[in-house]
Amino acid sequence: LQTHSLSLSLQAKMSRPVQAQRLAGIDKNIWVEFVKLAATYSTVNLGQGFPDFPPPDFLKEAFVRALSGEDHMLHQYTRAFGHPPLVKILAQFFGKLLGRDLDPMTDVMVTVGAYQALFYCFQAFVDEGDEVIIIEPFFDCYEPMVKMAGGTPVFVPLRPKAPKDGKLMSSADWQLDPAELASKFSKRTKAIVLNSPNNPLGKVFSRGELELIADLCVKHDILCISDEVYEWLVYDGKEHVRIASLQGMWDRTVIIGSAGKTFSATGWKVGWTVGPNRLLQHLRTMHQNSVYHCATAAQEAVAQGFQRELEHYRKPDSYFVQLAKELQQKRDWLVQSLDAVGMKPIVPEGTYFLVADISEFKSDVPDVPDSDEPYDSRFAKWMVKNKGLAAIPLSAFYCASHKNNYNHFIRFCFAKEEATLRAANDILQKWKREKTSP
Amino acid sequence: MLFASRSFCCLGIRTYRLQTDLLSRSIKLSASATMAFRHKNTRRIEGLDSNVWVEFTKVAADPSIVNLGQGLPDISPPSYVKEELAKAAAVDRLNQYTRGFGHPSLVKALSQVYERVCGRKIDPLTDILVTVGAYGSLFSTIQALIEEGDEVIIIEPFYDCYEPMVKMAGAKPVFIPLRYKNDGNSASSADWVLDAAELANKFNSKTKAIILNTPHNPIGKVFTREELQVIADLCIKHDSLCISDEVYEWLVYKGNKHIKIATLPGMWERTITIGSAGKTYSVTGWKLGWSIGPQNLIKHLQVVHQNTLYTCPTPLQ
Repeated sequence: LQTHSLSLSLQAKMSRPVQAQRLAGIDKNIWVEFVKLAATYSTVNLGQGFPDFPPPDFLKEAFVRALSGEDHMLHQYTRAFGHPPLVKILAQFFGKLLGRDLDPMTDVMVTVGAYQALFYCFQAFVDEGDEVIIIEPFFDCYEPMVKMAGGTPVFVPLRPKAPKDGKLMSSADWQLDPAELASKFSKRTKAIVLNSPNNPLGKVFSRGELELIADLCVKHDILCISDEVYEWLVYDGKEHVRIASLQGMWDRTVIIGSAGKTFSATGWKVGWTVGPNRLLQHLRTMHQNSVYHCATAAQEAVAQGFQRELEHYRKPDSYFVQLAKELQQKRDWLVQSLDAVGMKPIVPEGTYFLVADISEFKSDVPDVPDSDEPYDSRFAKWMVKNKGLAAIPLSAFYCASHKNNYNHFIRFCFAKEEATLRAANDILQKWKREKTSP
Repeated sequence: MLFASRSFCCLGIRTYRLQTDLLSRSIKLSASATMAFRHKNTRRIEGLDSNVWVEFTKVAADPSIVNLGQGLPDISPPSYVKEELAKAAAVDRLNQYTRGFGHPSLVKALSQVYERVCGRKIDPLTDILVTVGAYGSLFSTIQALIEEGDEVIIIEPFYDCYEPMVKMAGAKPVFIPLRYKNDGNSASSADWVLDAAELANKFNSKTKAIILNTPHNPIGKVFTREELQVIADLCIKHDSLCISDEVYEWLVYKGNKHIKIATLPGMWERTITIGSAGKTYSVTGWKLGWSIGPQNLIKHLQVVHQNTLYTCPTPLQ
C-alpha cells in the first residue's frame, strides 16, 4: 500500500511542470529573435541599444588602474550595497541635483545594471494582485517583471498629436491624456513606472507632464519607479526634470540610473537606485538574497568617472555635455537621412533612439491581412534580410493586445560612429533610388 | 469614503487635497490611529532582512582586528588573470553588452573544461548559464525551479543564503544535520556524516530539491562517492532535483577527491551544478559564476536571468 501511494504521488509530481509558476508567460523575449537576425543579416546594426563607440578614455584608464594597481583587494568582495567610493560620489552628485542631503549608506544602492534595479523594485513592492501602471510604448522588460512579481500591468498610451504644419513630428507630440491616465488608477494600484527620457520614443517629459503624474501618485498614495537611465542624453537645451524633486514625491520614488548609459559602457552592468531609506531598505533585502555583491573593479572605475564629472560639471569638457552634443548631431544626421527617403522621423528630445513612420514603404512590404504578426515586425525583418539594415519594430514596446495600435513605426539607435550612420544613409539612399526608378 | 480616507492615509505626504475641514479632521484623527505606511515590503521578503554578514563585516572592519572571518582571499589573484582583464578592457566592443546567457568565449571554455571533468558533451549555449557569482546561480536556480508548496532539503550547517532564498521562493526548507561521529582518530571534516535513515525520512512527495554543497562551507567536508550515492538514490526515488554548490571544487587536499554528483547514473538530468570564478581564481570581487545542467532545466534559469539582469559584465567574462 505504501509503495502504491508513493508511486501515485510520484506520478503526480512528474506530470507537473518542473519550472515554477512565476515563469508563466514571461519566457518569450523579442531581443533573442532580433539580435539573432541582426547578427545573421545586418551590415548596419541600428537595432539593439548600445554605442558602437568606446567609453571615454578616462573611464577605461580608471578600470585598468583598478585591475592592475597596488590594491589587489579590488579583486575581492566590496561592500554589498555598493562600493563605498561609488555610493559616496553618487550621494554627493545626486544630492546636488535633487537639492537634498543624501546618506550614501542608506539612500543609494548599487545594482547589476539598471535592469536589476527595476527587478528589485518590482520584487520588493509588487505583490500578487497589485496593479502597476505602465506608459506605452515601454522598455519591454517592465511587463514581464511585473508579471513575475505576481502583479497586473495596466497600460496607458502616449498618443501622437499632429505636428504643426510643415514641421516634423517631435517626441514631445506624443502625450498622455490626463483623464485617461487618471482613469487607470484604482485601489489596487501599487506603482507607476516612469521612463524619462523615454525609450523608445525619446520623449523628455516636461515639468507640467511630471506634475500631472506626481499629483496622481500623491492622491492615490502610490510609488513611482523612475527609470532615468538616459538622464544625460537630452537635446536642444531641454531640461531633464527629476520627478523625485517635485513636491510629495521624494518619499515615494525610487530613481534608477545606469553607468552603462551614462558612460557608454553598457557591458559593465553597473546601475544604481536612489531614494529614501524607507524604500531602499527593501531593495537591500532583495539584493542580499539574490546576488549580494556587485563587481568591485567596475564600481571603482565608475566612482572615478563620477569624480571627474563632478569636477567638470556643466563645463564644456564634461563628458556628459560632450556626449549630448555629439549625439544631438548624430540624431540630426539620421533625421535628415530618414526624411530624405520618405521615412518620417519623430525627432527625439532625448535618449539615443529615434522612431520613424514607415507607412510610405508599404509598397515594398505589403500588408498581409489576418496576419498574427504586427506589420512593423514583418517590415523590420524584411528590411534586415533584404537591405542589411537592422532596426526594432515599435510594436515590440507594446503589450500583446496593443501591438497593432501603432504598427507602422520602427526604432533606430543612433549611438553609432559616423561611418556606421553614413553606411545606413547609403543603404537608405540606394533603397530610395530603387523605389523611384521604374 | 475609502477613496477619501486613502488620500490622508500616508506618512510623508506634504500636500493633500482637503475636502472639508470637518470631514478631513475626523478622517485624520481616525486615520492616524490606524495609519500604516502603505509602502511596505512584499510578502516574499518578509523576515528576510537580517543578515549575519552585515553585522560581522562591520566588526571586522576595525584595522586592529585580524580578519579570518569573511570568506575572501587577501592574496593577489594570479597575474595572468589580472592581465587578461586589463587586455579585455582595452578592446572597445568588450565594454558593451554581450550575449545574455553568457559571453560566447566563456561558455565555450566552460563547456570544454567541464566536458573533460564530467566525461560528457556539454552544449555551451543550452547547458550553461553565466550568473553574477555562484550566489546569482543559486538565486536563478531557486527562482526558476522552486515555488510555494515545495520542500527543499538543506544539510546543516549550511552556507547561510540557502534558507532565505528558499523562503523567498515561497517554499519550505527542511533541515538535516551532519552529525559528528568520533571514532577516536584526529578530527576531520570526514567525521561529520549524514544518517542515511534520517535523510530518507526527510524526503517526501513534496521534496522538490536537495541542496548539496561539496566541498562544504563551513566544515570543509568533501562528500565521498558513497555519500553522494545515498543522496542520488533518494533523488531518483523521489524524482527530486539536486542543486549542487561546488564553488570550492578545486580546493581539495591530498588524499581527497571532488566528485560531481551530476556524474552519477541518473543524476545529470536532475542536477544543476554551480561554480564560481571568484573561488576558482581568487577574484571574489569579479562576481562571476555559472550553472551547468541539462537544457530542459537550464532553459528555465535562462528565463529568470533574462527577466532579472539580462547580461553579466562583458570584460570580466
